[in-house]
Amino acid sequence: MKLKEIQALLDARGLTGEENPELEVISACASDMMSDVLAFPKEHMVLLTGLVNPQVMRTADMLDIRMVVFVRGKIPGEETLEMAKECGISVLSTTHTLYIASGILFTHGLFTENQE
Amino acid sequence: MSQLREEFQITAMDFVTAGEASSRIKRILKKLGVNANVVRRLSIACYEAEINLVIHSMGGKLVLLVGENEVTLISEDVGPGIPDIRLAMSEGYSTASENVRMMGFGAGMGLANMARNADRFHIQSKVGEGTRIEMIFMIKDSRAEDKSEVS
Repeated sequence: MKLKEIQALLDARGLTGEENPELEVISACASDMMSDVLAFPKEHMVLLTGLVNPQVMRTADMLDIRMVVFVRGKIPGEETLEMAKECGISVLSTTHTLYIASGILFTHGLFTENQE
Repeated sequence: MSQLREEFQITAMDFVTAGEASSRIKRILKKLGVNANVVRRLSIACYEAEINLVIHSMGGKLVLLVGENEVTLISEDVGPGIPDIRLAMSEGYSTASENVRMMGFGAGMGLANMARNADRFHIQSKVGEGTRIEMIFMIKDSRAEDKSEVS
């Protein structure tokens, strides 16, 4: 699923990386616990989270995650967005909750199973 | 014999710089042309170790040793040490504070995740003195059978 599709489905605002609408992911992870994200990495993954501190971008960078969606209308601080730009991570923000945003992407075909 | 050795000091409870050493280590390994899967596994284990140093230790260091066939990552701290290593290695067991959990860490997955990602994992700890973790990653991405060793 491409960034532009995710942005449209979640009615999301682009915060960084909008110049790369064709960026594609094949799996997703939804969590506010970066410990859990680190424990269950997938290839070409989008991370959905309500956590907005810079460690989100650090975690994403370690896992080669190139797309992060902040839920519940959260907008991270400048420091976090700067880190996203440095790491080449596209960032979106949606007003949907983590549960609803995940459900929308799931029902539109973004599964994570059978990708081990 | 190591072809490269780098050392990174890690400050306790410094969440501003937490992860910087892991990012630098990742960049070094990518620049050296190490297999992408090995870099990814090592980066995850390294970041877990660095976060543990920030959260649980009184300060410590990460040491990167790059050899011809393997990369070794050592995490060493100056306390407080782990009373029960087997319990600490259990997924879900954590002594992290509520503040740390609010930062997104402290789910009790760190040590187990390090062991899972490393080809060889060795941990030693003494209460009141500190903890030393040594992780070895084979550059050719051929994972060893005997993955973890606890003492």
